[in-house]
Amino acid sequence: MEHLPSWIRRHLTALRAVAVLTVLLGLVYPLLTTGVAQALFSDKANGSMTGHGSALVGQSFTGKDGAPVRKYFQSRPSAGDHDPTATGASNLGPEDVIDTPARKSLLTQVCARSLAVGELEGVSGARPYCTPDGIGAVLKVFPGRAVSVNQACPAVPFVTSYEGLEVECARPGEDHAAGRTVPVRGNVTAVQVPADAVTAGGSGLDPHISVTYADLQAPRVARERGLALGRVRALIGEHTTGRALGFIGEPAVDVLELNLALDRG
Amino acid sequence: MSETAAGLLFVASLIVALAVVHRPFGDYMHRVYTSPRHNAAERGLYRLLGVRPDAEQSWGVYARALLAFSLVSVLFVYGVQRLQDKLPLSLGMGPVTDHVAWNTAISFVTNTNWQAYSGESTMGHLTQMAALAVQNFVSAAVGMAVAIALVRGFARHKAGTIGNFWVDLVRGTIRILLPIAFVGALVLVAGGVIQNLSGPHEITTLTGGAQAITGGPVASQEVIKELGTNGGGFYNANSAHPFENATSWTNWFEIFLLLVIPFALTRTFGRMVGQVRQGYAILAVMGVIALGSVLLTNAFELSGGGTVPQAVGAAMEGKEVRFGVSGSATFAAATTLTSTGAVNSFHDSFTPFGGMMTLFDMMLGEVAPGGVGSGLYGMLVLAVITVFVAGLMVGRTPEYLGKKIGPREIKLASLYFLVTPVLVLAGTAAAMGSERQRASMLNSGPHGLSEVLYAFTSASGNNGSAFAGLTVNTPWYDVALGLCMVLGRFLPIVLVLALAGSLAVRSPVPEGAGTLPTHRPQFVGLVVGVTVVLVALTFLPALALGPIAEGLS
Repeated sequence: MEHLPSWIRRHLTALRAVAVLTVLLGLVYPLLTTGVAQALFSDKANGSMTGHGSALVGQSFTGKDGAPVRKYFQSRPSAGDHDPTATGASNLGPEDVIDTPARKSLLTQVCARSLAVGELEGVSGARPYCTPDGIGAVLKVFPGRAVSVNQACPAVPFVTSYEGLEVECARPGEDHAAGRTVPVRGNVTAVQVPADAVTAGGSGLDPHISVTYADLQAPRVARERGLALGRVRALIGEHTTGRALGFIGEPAVDVLELNLALDRG
Repeated sequence: MSETAAGLLFVASLIVALAVVHRPFGDYMHRVYTSPRHNAAERGLYRLLGVRPDAEQSWGVYARALLAFSLVSVLFVYGVQRLQDKLPLSLGMGPVTDHVAWNTAISFVTNTNWQAYSGESTMGHLTQMAALAVQNFVSAAVGMAVAIALVRGFARHKAGTIGNFWVDLVRGTIRILLPIAFVGALVLVAGGVIQNLSGPHEITTLTGGAQAITGGPVASQEVIKELGTNGGGFYNANSAHPFENATSWTNWFEIFLLLVIPFALTRTFGRMVGQVRQGYAILAVMGVIALGSVLLTNAFELSGGGTVPQAVGAAMEGKEVRFGVSGSATFAAATTLTSTGAVNSFHDSFTPFGGMMTLFDMMLGEVAPGGVGSGLYGMLVLAVITVFVAGLMVGRTPEYLGKKIGPREIKLASLYFLVTPVLVLAGTAAAMGSERQRASMLNSGPHGLSEVLYAFTSASGNNGSAFAGLTVNTPWYDVALGLCMVLGRFLPIVLVLALAGSLAVRSPVPEGAGTLPTHRPQFVGLVVGVTVVLVALTFLPALALGPIAEGLS
């Protein structure tokens, strides 16, 4: 090897280094870790499985028709239909407020979810920046006219006038890009559907809901199952993970474990 | 307790933990890189590699060895991806498309871990373990090696050499990364992170639906992905995925892992140049910037600005319940202040100013505390620029750590600083100038520009996180971002090694009355100022068109 030019020797050394380190770091290390992990924590190393899926992987509790099964606590919305082979988030930004023919804006998705959850739980689904029919309340303002851009004609706009201008419904096919975007807050003060119920999580598999959202669902689940509300609330408490050490993270209710506990009676 | 109070305690507990390990761990790394003895395992490795561990290298030889190793690594990672269907544990995945495989190979070798693919539907277990995770280790060890070589340049006098690349690579891997990774992986498994070799298996959900539960050697990859400030997730959802980051305390642990080496290296630096207080000064610069960024990101996210967060009542889109808003914001700041790029929440859906903070952190050059190694060498280059600026103000020849900073050193430092902005701004301009590339944006208006700007900043700064709405698995983006990653990694490395070489040959100058003390709060303030002002001057126009326009509209 000594008689080879130095640049060839250098690359041969690099080749050996990659090969040797791949065996050590790419095979020995992960396989040894797997062996020890399986020996010490086999339940967790294999995904914390229950009889109906993983306690760590969120699933939807809807029927074949896509409607919520009323005797079960419902999960958060998912950007990927709770599919573990296609995880991820919506990636829609904080000012994504205008619907297009291709997709609903994030604002309209939030408004629609809020309305649906409100209906299911028998409370008001109203939110700021949402129309009463669960659509993003957004105007496009032009000189001399204003358009409720997410409400296609013949819908009745959520407000009749804006700064003296009459508000029109959006004529399909018309380009509103040039107008000034004005989201309208409205006068909703008490929001009854919590934040996690109307937003998709980061993974598309969030196994948890907030304690507030669980409490909102408790009366419905108790009614459907003929259980005392206190019993359902106690089960929520049992399946809530508090903040670690009292300050790390947020309290969270594992939905699958809670529903399994309910089924056990 | 309110979420804000809990979030502040969370940050405080991280600071305490980092402070506790700072000295012993920094001293340990000092011994690793300065000990003259090789242990038996290392001697065996050197024999397999065919290198003489006691042969010192000039900066040129050091750089060529590093580049050769990286080139072979790229080819190997590319090859494994293209041939994965013929290898074991492929789970039936086909070969990775050529442009995605090129982008991914570059991405992991450069410690970027930009992901133009979705792990669970693209990579088999062997590709993840033996190609991608191996680079998580060695690209981190390469970064540390370069930082140590630069520190040797300051520490040595009239020397023609700056160390031996193969020894630095092997020692960083075997003595620092591997032991921590092994223990850390088991800690993660105890928290619920999976570690097995199964493929996806179908289960029946409670309401009778079907769901495929994925398997894989996740913990062993997750731990080095944070410890080596890499960031490439086993799954598309990265550290938001419950199998990668199962509980609120694993979240704390992962943030700790990604900060521990970059901060502790300042101690190693202080020990190597024989003045521990110089290390504390650099640590103070990193700490001030990092704390400011973490607190601002938390403040913006917790206040929930922007139309959709206002409608929701909290910036919860793209965030997981168990981490909460604050645990997500702190992770986001830590991952962009280092060159990690792992995410436990999706920055694209952050509030306008919270999202801007993640961009700004990367634009700072990822120096507070930065990637493993790259943070320290980036910060030392900024210190060199600062003594130059201070020297100009008072009309003295600049010195740092007893070394005169001459024209050659300043040229190298300035070129180092210019590489990333040129790549970011030229890349973004090229993308925005083309109709077809603009079509990759998911969001419209200023937020769309932010997505593209974020992509080029992330790639050129070797971060790897994304405003993930942008569709990047197209040939154009894969090639363009791949080029940004290569140039953004190796041009600065070569410049730093050249700087190390030219400093090493200099003899020390005695401290005089005109020497600027570089361990006092005055100098710390100057470096912080230079860092922030340089970045603001470079990137403010671009930020004004993206997140600032969005946040103020």
